[in-house]
Amino acid sequence: MFEKMLRLNNIQVIYSDVILVLKGLSLEVAEGQIVALLGANGAGKTTTLKAISGLLKTEDGRVTDGGIEFMERRIDGLDPEDICRRGIVQVMEGRKVLETLTVEENLKIGAYTRRDADGVQRDLRMIYDYFPVLVARRHAVAGYLSGGEQQMLVIGRALMARPKLLLLDEPSLGLAPLLVREIFDIIRKIKDEQGTTFLLVEQNAQIALSIADYGYIMENGRIVFDGPAAKLRGNQDVREFYLGLSEAGRRKSFKDVKFYKRRKRWAF
Amino acid sequence: MTEILSSQVVSGLATGCVYALIALGFVLIFKATDVVNFAQGEFVMVSGFISYTLLIGLGIHYGLVLLATIVLSGVMGVVLERVVVRPIMDAPIFSIVIATIGASIVLRSSAGILYGYDVLPLPTIFSKDPIRVGFVQFTAMDAGVIGFSLVIMVALYLFFKLTRTGTAMRATAQSQTAARLMGVSVTRIFSLTWAISAAIGGVAGVLIAPIIYLDPNLGFIGVKAFAGAILGGFGSIPGAIVGGMLLGVIENLSGYFFNAGIKQVSTYILLILVLVIRPAGLFGAAPIRKV
Ligand SMILES: Nc1ncnc2c1ncn2[C@@H]1O[C@H](COP(=O)(O)OP(=O)(O)O)[C@@H](O)[C@H]1O
Ligand SMILES: [Mg+2]
Repeated sequence: MFEKMLRLNNIQVIYSDVILVLKGLSLEVAEGQIVALLGANGAGKTTTLKAISGLLKTEDGRVTDGGIEFMERRIDGLDPEDICRRGIVQVMEGRKVLETLTVEENLKIGAYTRRDADGVQRDLRMIYDYFPVLVARRHAVAGYLSGGEQQMLVIGRALMARPKLLLLDEPSLGLAPLLVREIFDIIRKIKDEQGTTFLLVEQNAQIALSIADYGYIMENGRIVFDGPAAKLRGNQDVREFYLGLSEAGRRKSFKDVKFYKRRKRWAF
Repeated sequence: MTEILSSQVVSGLATGCVYALIALGFVLIFKATDVVNFAQGEFVMVSGFISYTLLIGLGIHYGLVLLATIVLSGVMGVVLERVVVRPIMDAPIFSIVIATIGASIVLRSSAGILYGYDVLPLPTIFSKDPIRVGFVQFTAMDAGVIGFSLVIMVALYLFFKLTRTGTAMRATAQSQTAARLMGVSVTRIFSLTWAISAAIGGVAGVLIAPIIYLDPNLGFIGVKAFAGAILGGFGSIPGAIVGGMLLGVIENLSGYFFNAGIKQVSTYILLILVLVIRPAGLFGAAPIRKV
């Protein structure tokens, strides 16, 4: 059994003192796993990641109830740079490369908190092994990379910090399906070979569940469903509402499904 | 004729290098924090008085004075950021800019109260005797000012390009959020940026005060340097350097070809011309677009 590395206990998040976004959300991430957090646009996935990484603070948001524990210690309320130093690194959605810095400078800034120069050099080579397309572009200015290369770069930059937990926000967004497959396979490979733990936010449930060990489905600021990835992949409702396999093609809310409510405990 | 013209160009370049240093201070703070610090010229003025006090008042060796002035000026930058800017960092940028104008007035008045408004002579180690190399004529002072400025600029370039902290500063200038997520303390980077900008202003003060004058109004040189920064394209580091240098040379030449009155307004005429033709300035940063 894996140790629960990250625990969100019933957290409530409010922006600007009035906008309630997370309404008692609980989730756990076991060490060494890829945990997928799935849900439609606006469900509160990014807000959940920001609550963990501390970015919430910089956007006038607050965890007003419940708590976040990382390796048995409370982290809610800390500054993002302190949370990073504890081993959590967030990769923001939208491939936020540092555009005017070169690829290699982007990677090196990822290792900002580290003092082991040898280890940093080793990891730099490791990143280039995982993402060989970056090698040829290492001295290119990051703003000129293609979308796929930029996504690889921001994941590589986060890995350079040697994070214990990596938060990934919609890495598939706006990329061609083949490229998405390639990137997700590399993520799985990194998890298997480096033991990095991932909390992976996606709207593309199918691809996320294909590499994840466990999955949570959220709707409107709450977790509505969770279970081992294999189970979610096989579940009729998940297939229908999140894997786009519905015959009717309608997109109802998961909560509307009466039969699900009756068997709410079923997935635990 | 050529001797005089060349000496005008070289001495203009010397003044221009100092404008460039001050302009760099403006741009560094602006890039990192989005604040235009209108007390930048006062860093120059205060450091002029610091070195005057150390040199004349305490009789300390010139090299030590130079070093101490740079350090003390850097400290002044940190204090100004901590006391004036940081407490209102969440206020609109406009309010912060007004606060820096307030700080510049306080510094100028304080200097006036302490030292009076008479022009003080700040000694220099460089001789003002003319040197001739081929057709070019200049003074050791011109060469010293240009050389020293270039050394500072190269050192800054290497710092930003090669060091871990310098890279973190560039990263912060680009995205504070991304930098914080990588563990960079943005507050510390801000402090450091103000320290560096003020320290460069300190160098400018030691270099320029012996050339023009030292009195509490020396800080108005900041206005010209600001014009230089805009000329080069505000926010661009190469722009600040080239803009500052260009301004110095053109100012000197227009004084030579026309008169002192034209010299005073030439910078502004040039500035308006450039902005009409190229609103983003000479090096105005075109946003990076994907190929
Ligand atoms: N900084 C903010 N201030 C106010 N409301 C916000 C802010 N960020 C997000 N929200 C709101 O929170 C809800 C969830 O957003 P988000 O967490 O980005 O969802 P997701 O990532 O699942 O698409 C949305 O309704 C959004 O409008
Ligand atoms: Mg989102």
